[in-house]
Amino acid sequence: MDYSDIQTIEHDVLVVGAGGAGIRAAIECADKGLSTGIISKSLLGKAHTVMAEGGIAASLGNVDSRDNWKIHFRDTMRGGKFLNQWRMAELHAKHAPDRVRELEDWGAVFDRTDKGLISQRNFGGHRYPRLAHVGDRTGLEIIRTLQDFCVHQSIATHMECTGLDLVLDGDKVSGLVGYWRDTGRFVLFKTKAIILATGGGGKAWKVTSNSWEYTGDGLGMAYRAGAELIDMEFTQFHPTGMVWPPSVKGILVTEGVRGDGGILLNSEGKRFMFNYIPEKFASETADTEEEASRWLEGDKEARRPPELLTRDVVARAIKKEVEAGRGSPNGGVFLDIASRRPAAFIKKKLPSMYHQFKELAEIDITEEPMEVGPTLHYFMGGIRVNSDSQQTNVPGLFACGECAGGMHGANRLGGNSLSDLLVFGKLAGDGAANYINSLTDQLDCSNEEVSKIIKAATDILNREEGKNPYLVHEELQSILQTYVSIVRTGEELASGLEKLQALKADINEVFAHASAQYNPGWNEALDLKNLIITAEAVTRAALIREESRGAHTRLDFAGERVEGLEYNIVIKKTESGMHAEKIQRDDPPKELANIAFASLKELEGENLGA
Amino acid sequence: MERNFKIWRGDAEKGEFKNYAVKLEQGMVVLDAIHRIQVEHANDLAVRWNCKAGKCGSCSVEINGRPKLACMTRMNEFSPEEVITVQPMKTFPVIKDLVTDVSWNYEQNKMIPPFKPRKKKNGIDHVMYQQDVERIQEFRKCIECYLCQDVCHVLRDQDKKEKFVGPRFMIRLASLEMHPLDIDDRIPKIKNDFGSGMCNITRCCTDVCPEHIQITDNGIIPLKERVVDRFYDPVRWIYNKLFGNGAKQE
Repeated sequence: MDYSDIQTIEHDVLVVGAGGAGIRAAIECADKGLSTGIISKSLLGKAHTVMAEGGIAASLGNVDSRDNWKIHFRDTMRGGKFLNQWRMAELHAKHAPDRVRELEDWGAVFDRTDKGLISQRNFGGHRYPRLAHVGDRTGLEIIRTLQDFCVHQSIATHMECTGLDLVLDGDKVSGLVGYWRDTGRFVLFKTKAIILATGGGGKAWKVTSNSWEYTGDGLGMAYRAGAELIDMEFTQFHPTGMVWPPSVKGILVTEGVRGDGGILLNSEGKRFMFNYIPEKFASETADTEEEASRWLEGDKEARRPPELLTRDVVARAIKKEVEAGRGSPNGGVFLDIASRRPAAFIKKKLPSMYHQFKELAEIDITEEPMEVGPTLHYFMGGIRVNSDSQQTNVPGLFACGECAGGMHGANRLGGNSLSDLLVFGKLAGDGAANYINSLTDQLDCSNEEVSKIIKAATDILNREEGKNPYLVHEELQSILQTYVSIVRTGEELASGLEKLQALKADINEVFAHASAQYNPGWNEALDLKNLIITAEAVTRAALIREESRGAHTRLDFAGERVEGLEYNIVIKKTESGMHAEKIQRDDPPKELANIAFASLKELEGENLGA
Repeated sequence: MERNFKIWRGDAEKGEFKNYAVKLEQGMVVLDAIHRIQVEHANDLAVRWNCKAGKCGSCSVEINGRPKLACMTRMNEFSPEEVITVQPMKTFPVIKDLVTDVSWNYEQNKMIPPFKPRKKKNGIDHVMYQQDVERIQEFRKCIECYLCQDVCHVLRDQDKKEKFVGPRFMIRLASLEMHPLDIDDRIPKIKNDFGSGMCNITRCCTDVCPEHIQITDNGIIPLKERVVDRFYDPVRWIYNKLFGNGAKQE
């Protein structure tokens, strides 16, 4: 083998991505004695986990002792419209409390209850106050805690290093080729296992809460290596993104605003969410403003306000209000907490929202309502993994966090992402350690494969002329924004798919000026090949799911269909290109089905007995 | 409306300011303008950024001479004729254009003895009260933008990076020392290794902090006081001579 001209680094396991899932996975690997490396596209501590605001869901029961893992599991399945992988939702609900407590052992400082325990707040779809939080900067607390802990474990952190493609030896993963952003030089990581923790692909849309990094890198790399993607049609539009000024359109406004009492109003000043309560949730949702107010004041008999229905329901309601001509001046609706809570409370519980609006929109949220509208926020779908080991169908390749699919089904509850990162980050670390311990083969990276990856990347720089990668990206974003949006039709999806196919030619011709050294134009061009796979996968999956479920809404197929529960959609690479197919879901384990369909009284009763 | 920018372009070896004109949209921040320049004039213009909402601390630069986050600096802060000058942070070596090598900061963080919690009382939960954690929650708001490091005279003008960890890590140390659960003692290191004596309390770090953390008053000064109590209090000095230098005195 001849890697003489490129740097080679060897690790037992390489973690790709340094958000919550990646760092947690790396910590587990190091704890198991593996030589562990972690690469991140940005600097350590800057991943999107830092943007998570509201909190981390775990049934600690510190605020309402009726809570327990079974109710968390039930809420998660109901939120996911029962399309979740049952075992993943079970593991998640069971392990989340330990993962939160562990953070506290590592130095995290959550807000406290009067008794000095970790405080928990209400959030959409969660029956009880369940989100451990630090004001509205929970993600920052979590990533900094993990970051400060991990630098004292024996983990090699490689910052501003982007993965290009996986290298296989036979059917097994044996390495990854990437490049250093600061020099533009290539690096080969030779490994026994790789854990992808690369997040989602929100940058395929124009209005998104995601930053430049979220270009579906893990999805693209895994797909090209032969791994399957699952549930890709389910993309979450968070109901409340900023809508004004234009330059910040899409930036997240935490659900915590509603959890702490914020209400949604249309241009007529009407609290419209009362008109959009789905039948399924009617028995658990307040139907008068009076009852909703009692709930806010802590009346345990009162039902939850409709603003805290799941994100898909609220996002669609906002869209309908705007379409009916009852929107705010800049095409959103009003989110009002000023009239509901005193200024001091707002500044204490939602300090970063206060600053964000004050500084970016010149609005004081303690005095005026905010203008908000849906923004592409999260991928429920992702790389298909084994529920226990997090291994993909490619031996040695693991995935966790947002880039993995299955845990959240058709829709994710707020707060379940941070817990997902930690629960499955740890399990992926366990999975990789078990795999490596039983691995007997000597793996290698072929020179031919490595060279092929490098050549594809340098071609972009070596062209004399070509397409501007930024403009190609803008085109891709406008295709998804128009044709694969919050409400979809078969016709639009088919047109979108056609346009994406045509755009592939442009992507093959992108060209970057100047040298490879810290060259965002080149970086952007390289990201496009993952974005297009991500975009095509979402579109193809959305096209064949002919029903409306969770975050996937089809105007031409309204409502949930019974048969929709019988399959998940899997995407894979074939000789003839990308292929989407429905695969039969297994029947749930009886015990889990009983919990998911039990009444709350039955589940609460168990806890009281404990 | 078109606005004029002077942006520093170059690398560790050499560089110069280049002029760009950008058409503004309503509500733009400086980072938006830089992105427009990337799309329209200079695809390879290097700038670090992530969240675009003041939460990740990636896009630290110097705008008209002030250390700032490019994503939180609104264009309407400047008068219409003003040329906006953007350059990389001075305290750290330039990699390219507006991007600097901030790895020194990560090395400082690694040297800080990690959090060491006391045992849990019931084996399950730690107990801490809100009033006892608020003080360090302020420090934990830090987004690691390193603007305080950039503006600190000790690091910026005197280049004494080997003697002082800088304001960012003084408040990280404060967040550990004042953590209700932590039982480690970092005071000797704060004096000897991390250079608490180097700070002469000009409060420039506090002025530039985008999170409005009272770095000097709430973080650095209390640490300096703890160092003084431990090492320079005459009564304490005699006590230590007689009975040894005890660990944390709580």
